Amino acid sequence: MAEAKTEPIATRHAYGDALVELGEAHEEVVALDADLAVSTQSIKFGKEFPERFFNCGAAEANMMSMACGLAATGKVPYASTFAVFATGRSYDQVRLGIAHNELKVRIGASHGGVSLGEDGASHQIIEDIALMRVMPKMQVVVPADYNQAYRAVIESYERFEGPMYMRFGRPSTPIVYEQIPETLGSGVDVLREGKDISIFVTGHMVWRGLEAAESLAREDGVEAEVVNVAIVKPLATEAVIESLAKTGVGVTAEEHRVVGGLADAIREAAAEQHPVPVFALGMQDEFGVSGTAEACMEHFGLTAAGIADRAREALLLKPIVSHPPIHGGEWG
Amino acid sequence: MASIASLPDPEPDRPVHLKPVPDPEPPAEPGRSHSIAELERFATVLRINCVRMLAVAKSGHLDSSLSAADIVAALYYRVLRHDPRNPGWPERDRFVLCKGHAAPIQYAALAEHGYFPHQDLMGLRKIGSHLQGHPDMTRTNGVEVSTGSLGQGLSMCVGICLALRLDGLHDTAQVFGVLSDGDIQEGETWEGAAAAAHYEVPNLTAVVDYNHLQTDGTTEEVMDTGDVRAKFDAFGWDAIEIDGHDMGQIVEALERSRTLRKPAAIICQTKKGRGVSFMEGRFGFHGKPPSQEQADEALKELEALYEQQTETLGSSTPSPELDPQPAPPAPGAS
Repeated sequence: MAEAKTEPIATRHAYGDALVELGEAHEEVVALDADLAVSTQSIKFGKEFPERFFNCGAAEANMMSMACGLAATGKVPYASTFAVFATGRSYDQVRLGIAHNELKVRIGASHGGVSLGEDGASHQIIEDIALMRVMPKMQVVVPADYNQAYRAVIESYERFEGPMYMRFGRPSTPIVYEQIPETLGSGVDVLREGKDISIFVTGHMVWRGLEAAESLAREDGVEAEVVNVAIVKPLATEAVIESLAKTGVGVTAEEHRVVGGLADAIREAAAEQHPVPVFALGMQDEFGVSGTAEACMEHFGLTAAGIADRAREALLLKPIVSHPPIHGGEWG
Repeated sequence: MASIASLPDPEPDRPVHLKPVPDPEPPAEPGRSHSIAELERFATVLRINCVRMLAVAKSGHLDSSLSAADIVAALYYRVLRHDPRNPGWPERDRFVLCKGHAAPIQYAALAEHGYFPHQDLMGLRKIGSHLQGHPDMTRTNGVEVSTGSLGQGLSMCVGICLALRLDGLHDTAQVFGVLSDGDIQEGETWEGAAAAAHYEVPNLTAVVDYNHLQTDGTTEEVMDTGDVRAKFDAFGWDAIEIDGHDMGQIVEALERSRTLRKPAAIICQTKKGRGVSFMEGRFGFHGKPPSQEQADEALKELEALYEQQTETLGSSTPSPELDPQPAPPAPGAS
């Protein structure tokens, strides 16, 4: 088991490190990449287990179908590339070969979202969570930091069956979990308790959500609950509704389009089980742009201040529509 | 093993393609010793099955199945090392129908070998049946991997080959993928071809059922695939071209591919709708099921061929499936 990280580091490094641990423990673990092994960090596995590592070159569709063939013959493939190619370019291969067959294949998708930075819109996928979430049988995991990402990769082998999409990021990201957590649990994790509003965050927006809660407490006297949604699908709706029932209003924040991803996952659960206002922060009907990671995030308002502002807007609606919870919980 | 073609018609008034079909006994041994002439007759049996299935299903790709019938018969009845009683046998050869739309021909071969009851064939493409429009590994016994989206199959085969190598089985288990003209047009096929050569998989045979007809016209009109043999050759494969309806050539090429230490491509020149005169090599039947009249005409021709093949085989070759007094179907069987 690796040491927990304390300094900012990209979640993709957890993918590479944990993959080596899995490779040591389990003969059937194999890894594939599409000429991005250094970027995705699968290169670490490749160096340790060259006979079990298959670089497919710049041919992502072939990589996904090869992963299908390997899994159909008893291996547990981890196939990595940039998120944009893992989903958009090879959707059909993932869909029929992996998801339809319910094969235990893990897609290690690095460089998700606009924080990929300088390469710009061609590489910044902001639809991948939506694409993988609508795909039948596919599980979607978006870890918050290195330590949670490490656990996610380990549990992707040891705990979960069926196909799984895991989104990692390019830039160094502050540590949220001081230790490598013992488990992902339900995938919905209350990091900070509060009674006034629920802030649902995933991936790179988790530490920003915690900062937003700090500023809301400091500047507005608002006690925000910060909920890290690391497993976007299947969503642990009970935990989501429990928080919304307590606070009566929510906001979501993700480095992704505001449709199809975390926002819709939360809203779908709320709409049926506890209809309260849930505001979304994310990418509108737009593509990304070139810039540094942080500049891109700021350009699209994907910041702690952005979350806090969205929370303030949502709070304005709370007294208007607040009502007793439909499915339990306390009057908020 | 009873063959459906040898059964008397139990109800003469019923359309011939609705004849009840009995469950065959699984063969005691994979039929590796079948002669070329016997294999030709098995191909006819598979073709008859396909016509009957499609006539009942009223949906599916008949002509695409018929063009591959000789290849599939050669594989399932002679070349493949497989055991219907133990479909998960790790050392088995793998059959991947990359051209998944020809599912009926694989289903016919699987049923004839006892992977599932023969009568299941009549459920093709119907709600509740395990026989989906395209092969589905999660539903149908004997299907190694789900296909139907052209271009993916060869890449899947490469993945299977690599897994077999990790398990030390690459010298025993051969992977046979059957591709179509459409597969050849898909770019992913060439990604897979490159990967097979790069990783030097020694146990992969790509059999191209090159029937020159596709949905919108001839392959040459729609998107000419050119010299497919030369293309595989350029990708570093052992590539040969044969007559895909000459059983002797098919068997020889398949057996030879097993002995090669590199990926092998067998370009089979075939005719879509082979065995049914009004369909053979003609455009306009892709994805169109036969009408009842067409099915009856096709069956008449194929059953006559079967009888002729049986006659030729008759005296000199034992024909276990030619019981002169086959047991009548059980009452109520359907």
